[in-house]
Amino acid sequence: MVERGSLFVNRRALRAAFPRTIPVMAGYLVLGAGYGLLLQSRGYSFLWAVLMSTTIYAGSMQYVAVDLLSSGASLLSAGLLTLMINARHLFYGLSMLEKYRPVRGVRKGYLIHTLTDETYSLLCTAQPPEGVEAEGFYLWVSLLNQLYWIAGSALGGLLGQALPFDTTGVDFAMTALFVVIFTDQWLDRKNHLPALIGVGVSFLSLLCFGPDRFIIPAMAGIALLLMLLRRHVGEEAEL
Amino acid sequence: MSRSLLLILVIALVTLFTRVLPFWVFGGKRQPPAAVLYLGRVLPCAIMGMLVVYCLRGVTPTAYPHGLPELIGAVSAALLHIWRRSTLLSIAVSTAVYMLLVQAAF
Repeated sequence: MVERGSLFVNRRALRAAFPRTIPVMAGYLVLGAGYGLLLQSRGYSFLWAVLMSTTIYAGSMQYVAVDLLSSGASLLSAGLLTLMINARHLFYGLSMLEKYRPVRGVRKGYLIHTLTDETYSLLCTAQPPEGVEAEGFYLWVSLLNQLYWIAGSALGGLLGQALPFDTTGVDFAMTALFVVIFTDQWLDRKNHLPALIGVGVSFLSLLCFGPDRFIIPAMAGIALLLMLLRRHVGEEAEL
Repeated sequence: MSRSLLLILVIALVTLFTRVLPFWVFGGKRQPPAAVLYLGRVLPCAIMGMLVVYCLRGVTPTAYPHGLPELIGAVSAALLHIWRRSTLLSIAVSTAVYMLLVQAAF
């Protein structure tokens, strides 16, 4: 028999979900703590970290958001930047359409809101074990992961407050994060044209428009060039 | 304070929008157009490249220390990652290297 009912009495789904989320727990606690520490170093307490980890809940975007908060970015450029950085979510959603199809209402809304890179990578491959209701399993994996991220970012903020050590340079964690993801993608793919377009167009735009205005022209240039060069990137860009 | 809250609201709503959109548009039987699938595949690589440039936008190679701490930090992150493929290790070590460089060396 498949155990059904409220998420919080569905212990069987929790028992199945928890072990799968342990690798994400390690990553989210540490990356989250780095995020909370960074936010704290810019004068935003751990409460801001909790707020952002609850409502935005997208790692790389939250790192960029720290910058947007402390610089004078306009709402429009913040919105556009969010759109570009999170465009990959479209792809995640497309591949979860079938799995999430039977889920309804608030639960479906929550599953969609919490579809981060890591949750996606767990759920697109993992099947719930025999006898465990799939919906409860998906919900627990999603909820646990978000709790790790919120806890990590809160701890980082509190740590920064409690132990006032010299945090100069801690914002390099954001650069390191993007360099690491960039390296990952570079190693995983045969066609490096999209990566080169991203770096090249952005660099040119930086030279032309300067550090405060380059991001929107860069995004437009990248999207345009990727569409124009579709034949060259096309099939080889398969995952 | 209110500007920060407004900014967070915009970022949260746009993020939610990118997550909900495929379910809204293709929740029925419609197949996504090829161009959408294509961009979904290639944008992440290009955008990550853009974000690396974004992070380094404040570096001035013409003045001391000529962007050296950033260069050393970024290269150590990439090399360490090629070697061990551990996200946390690469980020922790390269950030520590960078902090050491800007606090003690330069």
